[in-house]
Amino acid sequence: MQKITRDQLVEKAVALLSDGTVSAVLGWSRGEFDYDITPAVFKSAEEVKENFVWNDFCGANFSKYLVAQTGKVEGKILVFLKPCDTYSFNQLLTEHRFDREKVYAVGIPCEGMADIAKVREIVGDGIVSIEDDGESLKVSTLYADAPVLVGAKDVMAERCVNCKSKKHVAFDELMGEDGEVIESARFDEVARLEAMTPDERFLFWQNELSRCIRCNACRDACPACTCEKCVFDNPDSAVENKAPANSFEEKMFHIIRAFHVAGRCTDCGECSRVCPQNIPLHLLNRKFIKDINEFYGEYQAGAEVGSRAPLVDYTTEDLEPGEVFERGDQDA
Amino acid sequence: MQRVGVFVCWCGSNIAGTVDVAAVAEALKNEPGVVFSTDYQYMCSQAGQDIIKNAIAEHNLTGIVVCSCSPRMHEATFRKTAAAAGLNPYMVEIANIREQCSWVHKDMTTGTEKAIILGKAAVAKVNLNTPLTPGESPVTKRALVIGGGIAGIQTALDIADAGFPVDIVETKPTIGGKMAQLDKTFPTLDCAACILTPKMVDVAQNEKIRIFSYSEVEEVGGFVGNFDVKIKKKARYVKEDICTGCGACVDKCPMKKNPNEFNLGMDNRPAIYIPFAQAVPKVATIDPNACNMLKNGKCGLCARVCAAGAIDYTQKDEIIEEKYGAIVVATGFNPISMEKFDEFAYNQSKDVITSLEFERLTNAAGPTAGHLERPSDGKSPKTIVFVQCVGSRCDACSEKGKEYCSKICCMYTAKHAMLTRDKYPDTDVYVFYIDVRTPGKNFDEFYRRAVEEFGVKYIKGMVGKVTPEGDKLKVQASDLLSNKQLHIDADLVVLAAAIEPDKSARPLATMLTASMDTNDFFTEAHPKLRPVESPTAGVFLSGACQGPKDIPETVSQAGAAASKVIGLLAKDKLTGNPCVAHSNELMCNGCSSCERVCPYGAITYEDKEFRMPNRTTKIRRVASVNPAVCQGCGACTVACPSGAMDLKGFANSQIIAEVDAICK
Amino acid sequence: MQVKEYKPLIVAFCCNWCSYAGADLAGNNRLNYPADVKIIRVPCSCRVNPMFILRAFQRGADGVIICGCHPGDCHYTSGNYYTRRRMAALFSMLDFLGIEKERTRVEWVSAAEGAKFAATMNEFAQTVASLGENKRLEDLRCKK
Repeated sequence: MQKITRDQLVEKAVALLSDGTVSAVLGWSRGEFDYDITPAVFKSAEEVKENFVWNDFCGANFSKYLVAQTGKVEGKILVFLKPCDTYSFNQLLTEHRFDREKVYAVGIPCEGMADIAKVREIVGDGIVSIEDDGESLKVSTLYADAPVLVGAKDVMAERCVNCKSKKHVAFDELMGEDGEVIESARFDEVARLEAMTPDERFLFWQNELSRCIRCNACRDACPACTCEKCVFDNPDSAVENKAPANSFEEKMFHIIRAFHVAGRCTDCGECSRVCPQNIPLHLLNRKFIKDINEFYGEYQAGAEVGSRAPLVDYTTEDLEPGEVFERGDQDA
Repeated sequence: MQRVGVFVCWCGSNIAGTVDVAAVAEALKNEPGVVFSTDYQYMCSQAGQDIIKNAIAEHNLTGIVVCSCSPRMHEATFRKTAAAAGLNPYMVEIANIREQCSWVHKDMTTGTEKAIILGKAAVAKVNLNTPLTPGESPVTKRALVIGGGIAGIQTALDIADAGFPVDIVETKPTIGGKMAQLDKTFPTLDCAACILTPKMVDVAQNEKIRIFSYSEVEEVGGFVGNFDVKIKKKARYVKEDICTGCGACVDKCPMKKNPNEFNLGMDNRPAIYIPFAQAVPKVATIDPNACNMLKNGKCGLCARVCAAGAIDYTQKDEIIEEKYGAIVVATGFNPISMEKFDEFAYNQSKDVITSLEFERLTNAAGPTAGHLERPSDGKSPKTIVFVQCVGSRCDACSEKGKEYCSKICCMYTAKHAMLTRDKYPDTDVYVFYIDVRTPGKNFDEFYRRAVEEFGVKYIKGMVGKVTPEGDKLKVQASDLLSNKQLHIDADLVVLAAAIEPDKSARPLATMLTASMDTNDFFTEAHPKLRPVESPTAGVFLSGACQGPKDIPETVSQAGAAASKVIGLLAKDKLTGNPCVAHSNELMCNGCSSCERVCPYGAITYEDKEFRMPNRTTKIRRVASVNPAVCQGCGACTVACPSGAMDLKGFANSQIIAEVDAICK
Repeated sequence: MQVKEYKPLIVAFCCNWCSYAGADLAGNNRLNYPADVKIIRVPCSCRVNPMFILRAFQRGADGVIICGCHPGDCHYTSGNYYTRRRMAALFSMLDFLGIEKERTRVEWVSAAEGAKFAATMNEFAQTVASLGENKRLEDLRCKK
């Protein structure tokens, strides 16, 4: 169901490796299972031909990997960027997190990625293999006699259903056609929660956040979380805390994490994708994005390199914190 | 672990009346780190301070908590006490149990309870205090004044008068600025040149002052007390030290048809020129775009007639590097361009002019030798229309003009109108205005004289359109007071163009890391209390670069800026506030968040090499704070996601310790 | 069993230049406000890290108020403008998580506004008291 094929990407990677443009390729490779795709660094054409994977489970945003990988590689590294990844790419450049000169970025189109949780809802547990036949996924499980056909659209990840942009905002070279920024319904769920009573909202979040096991997967995958050392690992911060001890601490962690990425988060949705507990963490980020858009004007982090994040900016006419709620009351 | 001493003050009955001081001292004894606790009637008295000093010696105290009045009152006192006893003064914390406890609570139980909690918070904080030493940096005893108008001249003279060397950098070939172009000055009507040119001579003759004319500031580095500045001295193709300013070259130059900037292009000057007779330095300058010798290698007439041999066609731009302790910005203003104001026909008729052009037209040294003549045909105008607020006080959404009031236009227009009526009583003079704003000494009297004695016709209303027709200018306007449309056949229309900061201000602000408002006026450190200082330490503001100003205001601000500079240069060393931000390089990502919120430009980045596991190294971009520039607001500490940036004296851990102590 | 009278615990972060001086002025003028309000001095309201606020709630504070110079009057020229944006975003987020919005506040108090300081604290303490104890953000282990 992806318009661009694995063969095209492999061909591109091999060509760039062999003409010396790049000395390494950041791409996807197979993990434990078909749906369990992991990022990998390929150093040779042979490795690429053998292990490079491209399918509906290649959701990983590679921008963040450039922070570490550009330092490790001699010469340039090739990175494939889906439209949403390019925003993170720009945001990291704004924050001077990697050397642009060391990267060869190839923009690739994306038709939306699949969410394995949605597949499981349909086929149940025990998935042994998934084959892509273009329109649908052919899923074999331990318990079913025959493979189940699942429509790719039916299992598309939430972030892709509400895709905000098919446009690449950064690349050295583009494969396929560039798309447009999309008027998505991504803030609808935030608005639905906003319309609830505070008690309902509290119950909703208590239910969600109390499942957190503080595995830090969200932090590790987030392209905005690239601190050398997280404040929660910093013994001088007085909030150092590596594991959750009670229900509040996850709240503290997630509020502060969302606050720290507020204005810098490009809404790539990696936090929710990697959460093993399926906590809708992206809603916290989207709440900040929605608020910032409403309070200070539309802002898309990463749309351009060097833009000033709203929380490190101000105007003398900004609204007062108290007025935030007056607005809300008027809306209601 | 600290060894903390707690000292609870009674403040007579001010505290002891509502707080059981003995109970507070007793309760705090059990706090972590506390090894000594006592109470006394007046801690700030000599006897009270002696108790503290003795306890420091006797109990080897490493930290002090004084439960007393507000730290705004006696923090400095107790810091001195501690220092006198050999303890670092920043190991003192105050628990404010008077203003914020005994004075606002009536009940002894409540007061005592709260005083204990405030004391606990102070103990918790002092346990995490570290000795701090204010940084010291030397001061280069030389000032730089950027801009050689009346603001820069006055500032330079005042600084030099105090005995400090000053350099003036001026982009034009002469100092003098806008004031040199003016004819008379309001409200006294004394001639601008008569009061300005002696000051220009003073500057030239002052041994402490160097003038870099025809020069620009190219680069600024360093910080307060220690600025490193590169000045580009543009080639003027005349040796400044040899030229006598005799003007023989100017007379002989064959390339005579170049617009004369000093007269705003209303007449011409040769390729080699001296802007005006009283120019300082009085040295000729060759315009490389006009000189045939420089363009085509043909001519050389000026070199032949120059008896002093000052002409040098091979001169190159020169870069001068100098160190300064303080920098004064005096870049001034310009009238805005009239390009966008088509309704006034500025581009269609030569007889529509700006007020500054009018100023040159009436100046005895101007293009018409002071005779008021129309630029188009040289006739004397019989009807003159002055239009106020052209480009000033515009709507925020208007792209043509400025939102602010340019401040000086009401008065100079009254001056122009009055002088015209005085010299040419047969001329009809109309002034169209939105409001006439004349606050200032003798200003309103002046305006009223223009109306009452000189018969200037002031009409409230705006001019809608000016149409050139034949040799007349048809002026369509509305009279708001009598609610009439007016049609006036004018011979000359004078536009009071809004003023804006000089274009060089914005790049200069970037070099200086000084902040600007949306109109490109420099921002002052405090709008009321520090009006001549920029938020960037060591950078001062003089004149219209900070906002529209008339001459008296400019001169007073120039003097004020000079006195601030003198205060700075009089010091041998600058002692900083030690409570400044600092970055933990091991945790810093170099993301620039902190730099963006710093109002002082105190944060810079450098690429540093770090040791990594397995004998490898890695180069990372990390923030570093210049303690001489940082003022300690802490904005960066919150912008920093990793907590790498922290504030000495108000560290994350210290404030959280206070929170914990209060909430326990 | 004796029921202890409920008293809210309020942490007030005050900037050194305006609001802390305003609080001092309230004291000078003997303007009463509840002893439940405990003031922490910070150089500027922009020094207040959201972590401090959450920590206070975690440790049992019932309300947190941040006081700074009026916009435009910041001793550091722009600090309170950052405070205004940060706190607007943070408070909106806390509300989104179902924390009563009345528990958090930003108030601009100048050094001359002793009366405003006292009135603000009286009113805020009353508002917080009417909400009762903060249970949603506190850490139960930190209970006495």
